[in-house]
Amino acid sequence: MPALVSHPDEVRVLSKRFGQGATDIDKYIELDGYKAVQLGIANGPQWIIDTMKASGLRGRGGAGFPTGLKWSFVPKNDKAKYVLVNGDESEPGTCKDHVIFLHDPHSVIEGTMIAGLAIGAKMGFIYLRGEYRYLLKIMEKAVADAYAKGYLGKNIFGSGIDFDVITQTGAGAYEVGEESALMESLEGKRGVPRIKPPFPAVVGLYGGPTVINNAETIASAPPILLMGGEAYAKLGSERNGGTRLFGISGHVERPGVYELPMGYNLKKAIYDVAGGIKNGKKLKAVVPGGSSCPVLLPEEIDVGLDFDQMGKAGTMLGSGGIVVLDESVSIVEFALRTINFYQHESCGWCIPCREGTDWIKKTLTRVHAGGGNKKDVDNVQYLAENMLGRTFCPLGDAAAMPTIAFVKKFRKEFEEYIEGKRVEHPLIAIKPLGELVGAAH
Amino acid sequence: MSEVANTIFTPETAARFDHLVTIYPLRRSALVPMLLYAQDEVGYISDAVVTEIAQRIGIFELDVRNVLSYYSMLRTKPAGKYNVQVCTNISCMLRGGYELLDHCKKHLGIGHKEVTADGMFSLEEVECIGACCWAPAVQVNYDFHDDLTPAKMDTVFEMYRSGQGKDVK
Ligand SMILES: Cc1cc2nc3c(=O)[nH]c(=O)nc-3n(C[C@H](O)[C@H](O)[C@H](O)COP(=O)(O)O)c2cc1C
Ligand code: SF4
Ligand code: FES
Repeated sequence: MPALVSHPDEVRVLSKRFGQGATDIDKYIELDGYKAVQLGIANGPQWIIDTMKASGLRGRGGAGFPTGLKWSFVPKNDKAKYVLVNGDESEPGTCKDHVIFLHDPHSVIEGTMIAGLAIGAKMGFIYLRGEYRYLLKIMEKAVADAYAKGYLGKNIFGSGIDFDVITQTGAGAYEVGEESALMESLEGKRGVPRIKPPFPAVVGLYGGPTVINNAETIASAPPILLMGGEAYAKLGSERNGGTRLFGISGHVERPGVYELPMGYNLKKAIYDVAGGIKNGKKLKAVVPGGSSCPVLLPEEIDVGLDFDQMGKAGTMLGSGGIVVLDESVSIVEFALRTINFYQHESCGWCIPCREGTDWIKKTLTRVHAGGGNKKDVDNVQYLAENMLGRTFCPLGDAAAMPTIAFVKKFRKEFEEYIEGKRVEHPLIAIKPLGELVGAAH
Repeated sequence: MSEVANTIFTPETAARFDHLVTIYPLRRSALVPMLLYAQDEVGYISDAVVTEIAQRIGIFELDVRNVLSYYSMLRTKPAGKYNVQVCTNISCMLRGGYELLDHCKKHLGIGHKEVTADGMFSLEEVECIGACCWAPAVQVNYDFHDDLTPAKMDTVFEMYRSGQGKDVK
């Protein structure tokens, strides 16, 4: 069972009930549970959307799209509408939704109801990754308890509104976290993305308008309605409202999931909150928001953890999974392990992603095994740069962006590795740059 | 009474499947959950499972196989009673995931996707399982074990051998 951590700099909005037994519905209610949804019913959809807009909440799934705005895009027609909660959480380095499902399942249910009220949906789906089936049991019990109290189902809180929640899991596929692939999976198909437009807000699940949000985003809705949008916004930084769960993993003394205000300094998060580098070693690099985010060097980490500041620093806030590497790590090996993941998880639809990840993996595998030549570094960069922006879904970019940063920021290390590890026979033949690369194999 | 006359599943599972297909706006949405529950019961997705699930949903067997082959948790061969999944992705790698995997291979005497002769354990190297902050992490069936070392892993193996571990259900 994952251990809970804490630090005085934490601001506990989402995590306020963690470790307090709030999986029990009565405990959840005692700790202000199911008040926000009643407030939402009393004040109506427009009030909910306005409050969410004022909160400055931006999606916690990775892209950081403003949640209130997303909810306001849903057309007000009489088609059946749906809320889809993305608990697929498969970006390496990320385990924050895990903690929410484990400790505060009702906050996800209440958030789903609030999103449903805002857009006029009568049905919400909470989709967890397949590996989280032990958490599904917790969610299922929470949903059953909410039905038993009459909070879900027909005429919720005597409002005349009906709302149902269905929980389920996937069966192991990172790509299913992409929102349109998630809808395909929920419809019982392979988790391959759909062409956009149309966007889910217009044509989503079962053809109906659908709001898709990350589980943490959804769990943020109840506290926002209770404290008011402006008060929530003030907790964070400019254009980045509120707090966020950050997972800090890798070579730190106290890894764990911490709730910090948006804009909190990354260096402080590593050195103060997570206790600094393990065993007093030197910091080598930081992957700041899950494995798809470009790596930062030690001199680049004095930066605020929000979408805009991380963007300015040439990387991304992503899923909030901060991975810390000490001096002992070989970047060649780390880059190979990263691309290996994306190669494995590519759905294979687009050539740049399918072939690009495969070719980069093959090249780095050979380099790592000692059969590299210096052009390989250029080749890897060339391949990755040619994947960028050329795929149907952002998985291609998620593979390319970290790769480019690794070879740009650690080129010397790659070259020295190749020099020092040269073996007699290359494992696979490679053509010189120019004639190259990618398609041929 | 089950929707299907000659069901291969236990009455509880058959009843669950009867219910599952009714809760979604489209029957087919029940497919992935059904495959998982079927696998829990049968141990893997056998041909008979494919046939019955296709029948229950009203789609072709090919549709079922198409989906089945996409998801890494679904398998078409039996695993061990306890399927040991070792994460070697980045956060786990940094905290000893590969050492742990090597240890498991030696301890069990099997490699990736292999099953011990007594059918007790199978081993898999897997991608991130969402326990990065508690790395290195291992999942045995649906149970998580975290902050592991080779020595702690031996205790985990003992636990399952002595019947203290949870089965999939
Ligand atoms: C390959 C890929 C995987 C993704 N995985 C997840 C995921 O596991 N969880 C998640 O919430 N969003 C994931 N996303 C982002 C979703 O597509 C979507 O943007 C998000 O769920 C929207 O919710 P938000 O606005 O609350 O962030 C992924 C995107 C891509 C391209
Ligand atoms: S980018 Fe990759 S994962 Fe996304 S649709 Fe294309 S092939 Fe599939
Ligand atoms: S990297 Fe191993 S659980 Fe995430």
